[in-house]
Amino acid sequence: MMDPILSVQDLKVTFDVIPQGAWPWTKAQKLHAVNGISFDLAPGECLGVVGESGSGKSTLARAIVGTVPSSHGRIMFEGNDLAAMTPNTRRVHRKDVQMIFQDPLAALNPRMTVGDIIAEPLITHEPKTPRKEVRQRVQALMERVGLLPNLVNRYPHEFSGGQCQRIGIARALILKPKLLICDEPVSALDVSVQAQVVNLLRELQRDMGLSMIFIAHDLSVVRHVSDRVMVMYLGRTMELADSKLLTRAPRHPYSQALIASVPIPDPVRERARRRPVLEGELPSPLRPPSGCVFRTRCPKAQQVCAQECPPMIDAGGGHLVACPFQEVEQVLQPAD
Amino acid sequence: MTLLQTKDLTVTFQTADGPVNAVNGVNFNIDTGETLAIVGESGSGKSQTAFAIMGLLARNGKASGQALFDGQDLLSMSTKALNKIRANEIAMIFQDPMTSLNPYIRISDQMAEVLTLHKGLSKREAIAQSVRMLDAVRIPDAKARISSYPHEFSGGMRQRIMIAMALLCEPRLLIADEPTTALDVTVQAQIMQVLADIRRDFGTAIILITHDLGIVADACDRTLVLYGGQIMEEGATDDVFARPAHPYTSGLLRAVPRLDRDDDELLTIAGEPPDMSRLPAGCPFSPRCAVVMPHCPTVKPALERFDGTRRRACHLPVQEVA
Amino acid sequence: MMYPDKTTADGLVGAAHLAEVQGRSLWKDARQRFARNKAAVAGLIALILITLFAFFGGVLTQWSTQEIDWPMMGRVAQDGGPSFANGHYFGVDELGRDLYARTVQGTRISLLVGFVGAGIAVIVGTLYGAIAGYFGGRIDGIMMRSVDILMAIPFMFVLILMLVIFGRSILMLFIGIGLISWLDMSRIARGQTLTLKNKEFVEAAVATGVRPLTIILRHIVPNLLGLVIVYATLLVPSMIITESFISFLGLGVQEPATSLGALISAGAGQMQYGVIWQLAFPLFFFIVTLFAFFFVGDGLRDALDPKDR
Repeated sequence: MMDPILSVQDLKVTFDVIPQGAWPWTKAQKLHAVNGISFDLAPGECLGVVGESGSGKSTLARAIVGTVPSSHGRIMFEGNDLAAMTPNTRRVHRKDVQMIFQDPLAALNPRMTVGDIIAEPLITHEPKTPRKEVRQRVQALMERVGLLPNLVNRYPHEFSGGQCQRIGIARALILKPKLLICDEPVSALDVSVQAQVVNLLRELQRDMGLSMIFIAHDLSVVRHVSDRVMVMYLGRTMELADSKLLTRAPRHPYSQALIASVPIPDPVRERARRRPVLEGELPSPLRPPSGCVFRTRCPKAQQVCAQECPPMIDAGGGHLVACPFQEVEQVLQPAD
Repeated sequence: MTLLQTKDLTVTFQTADGPVNAVNGVNFNIDTGETLAIVGESGSGKSQTAFAIMGLLARNGKASGQALFDGQDLLSMSTKALNKIRANEIAMIFQDPMTSLNPYIRISDQMAEVLTLHKGLSKREAIAQSVRMLDAVRIPDAKARISSYPHEFSGGMRQRIMIAMALLCEPRLLIADEPTTALDVTVQAQIMQVLADIRRDFGTAIILITHDLGIVADACDRTLVLYGGQIMEEGATDDVFARPAHPYTSGLLRAVPRLDRDDDELLTIAGEPPDMSRLPAGCPFSPRCAVVMPHCPTVKPALERFDGTRRRACHLPVQEVA
Repeated sequence: MMYPDKTTADGLVGAAHLAEVQGRSLWKDARQRFARNKAAVAGLIALILITLFAFFGGVLTQWSTQEIDWPMMGRVAQDGGPSFANGHYFGVDELGRDLYARTVQGTRISLLVGFVGAGIAVIVGTLYGAIAGYFGGRIDGIMMRSVDILMAIPFMFVLILMLVIFGRSILMLFIGIGLISWLDMSRIARGQTLTLKNKEFVEAAVATGVRPLTIILRHIVPNLLGLVIVYATLLVPSMIITESFISFLGLGVQEPATSLGALISAGAGQMQYGVIWQLAFPLFFFIVTLFAFFFVGDGLRDALDPKDR
């Protein structure tokens, strides 16, 4: 394997939560939104991150981009530890790591024209670029992402959701970054537009040789886009595997439950499926269960699970599972 | 037996740019105990159809045509008569349960109020009945938790409470407007299970409004596909999914990545969802249709019956829709 | 069959050479909504007329603000009423000075006080609030607690003290009013900044590496402006009222200069001698100005309120 472009090692992000109505001197509770995540990302690879709300997947993205400070661990980007940098030194490295956001309209400043929005990263990092060249690069990029370049002077509210997301993609790509982090880039879009944006992202990734982290709650989309998929639950990694292998031969009970919960748009196959419904609720991230965080809802939970946090087991070929009782259970028959 | 039948249902909004038709002559019916899916994207008019039936349109909206419930037209009914039907016969649940739960009132009081008001039960009976209903939607420890406030529950639990509340008066029709869109997949699976149980135990007819083809395949007998405020096609869910008879349906089915299939590239529908104030005179889908013919944008295709039970609105012969 | 999407989905082909299209900014939308509100437009026209009156009204009369019409002395109640014949359109005041000229001057000074007060509030208050809200944490704590402390000081008392100690002058009045007018504004701006800074477009700017001060000026402040403008139009009349109150107490503008408040005060003092016009004209301009500002403020709020969209 090539040297990874990004190597995240035992990353933790902790938020201080002050209980409501507390005294000013009351000690804040610690919320471990991301609790010891490690992975490597090869150049040109796309890693999918999937998890439900509260799994910490968005916080993970923000820690890597650097809008949320990490409290522990390292984020090695091309050999430099981003987590250890001061805001000023880090600013220089930001041009290589760009992000795409969930809500396409909210991610665009309503008072700026589309041209100014797309140009902002360029003006920030290369302020000496002549205005004419900025204009040309913006328009070329707009064309590349499927927007009419003559719309540069329009404002975001004049575009549909799908077009706004294309604007967001253009803004993220204008500096030719090496790593693109997509946080739920299609979940706010209509089904027919989702596919357009997914295809565009894959195409751009291929053409520009981008490395990508693709975060979503929709396993079908994540699997479609990614080479490998990481499944998160309550701030921890449950399973990390090749994307096809994950759906065909999931090893962690949570991954199995997740896959079983995804409905397939095929009534005949859907009726034939055995669908064990995952019972119970997500525990409060302020008071996560001891040991394995999934044990309160796990069908395979045993005494040991409450005592210690299960280590990552390599089940072969880099298929990592955080469960001592892991075994392949095929919850979904492939269609072909 | 037909429970609800709409005839030429049209919803018009008065906007600053003139009147806009959100729903344009929609005809469908639903039988007792049946589950009907209304599928569509934003701007398809799927939610406005439901709002029109429930008399919940925004103030600048007006519904015309007919919505016959048990033969009575809901649209021309007095508010008083409509309130009676809305309380006892038809209930609706929404995407965001917090819109219909008052955050300052205990669940027990909110639920009991429905029963004391409409069924004339005493408070004690009403609460007992409410607990039974919460048990039915599988809220663990319902008896103890009924006196909590809405914010003390998770999103999935709130949606269950909403369903329980909607079912208190044992309605014959439940309209669920994107009930699981804001929820996680595992919670979605739980809620869909609850809806299936309700249908089995109470024989409630359900109109499920959604954009998610997966849950349609999972839960619905019949599927109605809307686009631009008009019906594109309708039929038994199995038929519609196996042999879509409209280019829009077939495009939609191909645009969704499937967990059980390794397709390399998703096939997409070009263009953007429709702008309702600028629909073509003909087929609303024609600007995005891959097999569009010269007369499609100008001549509106009729909603025709075929294969006995199915209907579709497309100029292209059925055999040629791939 | 459907097309596989080749990113030319929007009908790019053959359209790329089209001329650049000018967008409709939110400001333009707001302007259109404002134009539809009749009361607001009427208020705006009234304001423009009053402003023209305050700055150019003096041209229409041969009397100056200080000149005493000696023949009027002692006969104000009988002959001093409004008259086109002798050129005293609004009559004369108790000393025989032309009330029209003095109303023009009074309106001018009152408007200036209002605009200066609101101007300081907009500039200082917005930036102060935006900085406090954006940086948050300890900086926010210190900045906003100082505002709380300043607010706790009985401002009218301090203002009166200042005017007594440093002498009554227009400058002192401006300083006094400027010192307190921005406090409310900074709180409003801070509150709005707190919601804005969690918006994804601000996060996008942070993630790109835009410097904090640039973010405040480019992303936060323009989005605060709608709210700030509405509040400022409502602040102008409250500044005018404050000044009038001070002048009414006799501590405001120094003779021979005058303001609407001082004129109303003088007119009210003379009311019992049957010279009601001395109260009526200044009061009319005072009330019309205030109402016009309120209507415009109301119209702006409706036009700029994003909830309406």
